[in-house]
Amino acid sequence: MDTQSTERTLSFYQTPSPPGMKGIWAWLLTRDHKRLALMYLWAVIFWVSIALLIGLSLRIELMWPGGTIMKAETYNAMFTLHGVIMIFLFVIPAIPAVFGNFFLPIQIGADDVFFPRLNLFSWYLFMFGGVFAIISLFSGKGFPDTGWTFYVPFSVNTNTNVSLTVTAAFILGMSSMLTGLNFITTVHRLRAKKMSWMQIPLFTWSLYSTAWVQLLATPVISITFILVMLERFLQIGLFDPSKGGDPLLYQHLFWMYSHPAVYIMVLPGMGVVSEIIPIFSRKSIFGYKAIVYSSLAIAIAGSLVWAHHMFTSGISDVSIFVFSLLTYLVAIPSAVKVFSWISTMYKGSIQMTPPLLLALIFIYLFSVGGLTGLLLGAAGTNIYVHDTQFVVAHFHFTMFGGTGFAFFAALHFWWPKMFGVMYNMKRAYIASILTAIGFIFHFIPMMILGLMGMPRRSFDYLPQYATGNFLAGFGGFIIIAGVGLMFTNLFLSFREKKAAPDDPWGGTTLEWMIPSPPPLHNFTGIPDVKEYPYDFRSVGKTPNSTTTGEADGRTN
Amino acid sequence: MGAQIDKIGIRTGMWLFLYSEIILFGGMFVLYAAYFHEYPKNFAESGKELNRIIGSVNTVILLLSSFTVAASITAIQRRAKKLAISLLTFSILCGATFLTIKYFEWGEHIRQGVYPNSQVLQNGPPGNNIFFGLYYVITGLHGLHVIIGMTLLSISLVFVLTGRVNENHFSMLENAGLYWHLVDMIWIFVFPLFYLVL
Amino acid sequence: MDQEESAVQTEEHPHVAGYGELFRIILALLTLTGITVAVSYVHLGFFNVPIALFVASVKSSLVLLFFMHLKYEGRAIKVSFLCTIAFLFIMISFIFWDVAFR
Repeated sequence: MDTQSTERTLSFYQTPSPPGMKGIWAWLLTRDHKRLALMYLWAVIFWVSIALLIGLSLRIELMWPGGTIMKAETYNAMFTLHGVIMIFLFVIPAIPAVFGNFFLPIQIGADDVFFPRLNLFSWYLFMFGGVFAIISLFSGKGFPDTGWTFYVPFSVNTNTNVSLTVTAAFILGMSSMLTGLNFITTVHRLRAKKMSWMQIPLFTWSLYSTAWVQLLATPVISITFILVMLERFLQIGLFDPSKGGDPLLYQHLFWMYSHPAVYIMVLPGMGVVSEIIPIFSRKSIFGYKAIVYSSLAIAIAGSLVWAHHMFTSGISDVSIFVFSLLTYLVAIPSAVKVFSWISTMYKGSIQMTPPLLLALIFIYLFSVGGLTGLLLGAAGTNIYVHDTQFVVAHFHFTMFGGTGFAFFAALHFWWPKMFGVMYNMKRAYIASILTAIGFIFHFIPMMILGLMGMPRRSFDYLPQYATGNFLAGFGGFIIIAGVGLMFTNLFLSFREKKAAPDDPWGGTTLEWMIPSPPPLHNFTGIPDVKEYPYDFRSVGKTPNSTTTGEADGRTN
Repeated sequence: MGAQIDKIGIRTGMWLFLYSEIILFGGMFVLYAAYFHEYPKNFAESGKELNRIIGSVNTVILLLSSFTVAASITAIQRRAKKLAISLLTFSILCGATFLTIKYFEWGEHIRQGVYPNSQVLQNGPPGNNIFFGLYYVITGLHGLHVIIGMTLLSISLVFVLTGRVNENHFSMLENAGLYWHLVDMIWIFVFPLFYLVL
Repeated sequence: MDQEESAVQTEEHPHVAGYGELFRIILALLTLTGITVAVSYVHLGFFNVPIALFVASVKSSLVLLFFMHLKYEGRAIKVSFLCTIAFLFIMISFIFWDVAFR
């Protein structure tokens, strides 16, 4: 194996693909999935930072009753902007486009995705979508004030830049869909010879399940947004009761995508956690097959429950009953995963590292989010909490506490592999804990405020909600401090240049068998596919984090 | 590094893309289903205003073009280049004919004041407005896909002429063909839903 | 790409659809079109719709299986196609939980 040789192969930073490209063109015209992953990474970090700051400004506004730092109309545009950026430019794409692109081919022993040029095109679509969003922010009557859900009739009648923004979302949807298409084809056709389906690492499995949802669900939002634009321009009346239309059908179409979308958001995050837990328990994952089947089950069941967002909209009682029942079924496969992770750690040899800490925070926060989902999924209690701050708390626990922290975990887990440098662990721990504390202080008050009846998307509120909103604001500042420290710490690793070994954690999946950073074609020999992806017997008990580049006692 | 091209993989990618197109139109069929349930009489009444014969002619045109596209792939595989070129050209002309007929169909309705947000539709029963709203959106979206399909077939035709598509490398033609068949299949459903609903 | 080493089969002998087979299919499609148009002149009330949709499904299946070669594709494509149709079916039918019971 080449890890024994003293001469290190060139990394992908040094070898552009296609060859001969220079400077910025080696990036803008690259076919290399690893370079594309990094280009997505910088974009995604940009967008999440902007959206976090917008979120902070929303919470500063809410800290005191009445107008504080913005007008009511501005507030409406700001929460729409916060939602649109977070959902379409961060939470949906981040883990698949960054870590999926970088690691899916490597984990299955391939040297790239099946359609590298399509991959590049997906990145351009992502960037164009972002540009459209920026244009819709600074032109005409400004960013939409409809909320990211663009409900009719308001989205059809309002004179803000709805058409531009839904165009942006349409383009971003195409990017997501094509990435899904690419990943499915890659997993089917480019697996290493010895790797059967039940030997694929769980991160790749989660991306595969997600890819199907990306492919099949996204077109629904595409047609929905096309219809919004057609209605704005032609006033056909398909959702207008005065012309025979039914506004609830818009909601049905919208949520037919947007509910599966939340599984696009969370499944890859769960895949990250499924990689992290075994490594730092030095123990193979409990229930590999259960996790595989539960990922597929979540993808499938997640497409049967969309109308639970509409219980109070005027849909029939029969549908309320049916969708509520199905919603409870979806909770089951998610719970299976949580049990599997905990069981993996039981009697394992726990090695605390920043990725593990972040993964554990994920498990806790996502579980809380999931439990609040039960309150929302039951039709009776839903009437109480629909459109209140309780919903806001619920989805932030799952999307931020869940996917957000999984993204942070993935960053800290795979950073040494992608860049060949290690970050400062102590600062990473502090940043993670700070963010988690800020998160709890920020969103628990919202749960309580929601139960007390405070509506969401509301610029102002009754006096009894003042204390909760004031306290929540402090949590917001702590989150910003935590995330700020986290990103700064990661970027400082480029300055501090502490070299990272090929296998800092003692992993068993294929990405840990190749140099950090990887060479252009990922593998220099034929990948050594283990019989079982989480076989820790041959790796040894303690991860090797001090040696650099030496073989660490792995047997072939 | 193997120079072998994974044709199955390329075809798989194309099928996956077709699935997304099916769901895209699927959203419109969801609306049709819900509204047909709500306005069965209005739909039947409006359906009568669409000419069944014209619709049938268009259906036959697309079916024939699907046949010729499929046959052109067989022709390429059997190295009958001239036959492939004729079949492909015929297919593209079928597409053009379909669009022309559609153009005149739409034109006639617009002349009669039946178009999105027109006075006629505003004053008439709401179910009729919905029927024609769906009609214009679905046939419009379908027409756009006919144009895209014709473009893909034309590119394939050029590649056949230059020899870039041949009996060993015909994925471009194959995938363009798959797209064209999808366009045909969507019309297979659109036709009865709008023209035969009476 | 490790194609030679890959467990996956590349296509050595792709299926060629014979002209005769294709011709028989187009004849069937045209016949079915004729049938569905003819039936539309007969007033069967509610049943006109399911019959028309059934014929359309048969026509569609012929295009899929023979013009698009689905009959000769691997399991992955066949299964995934059915899953797509299943999702479409759910999209349309689940709407009726709402619309049909208002």
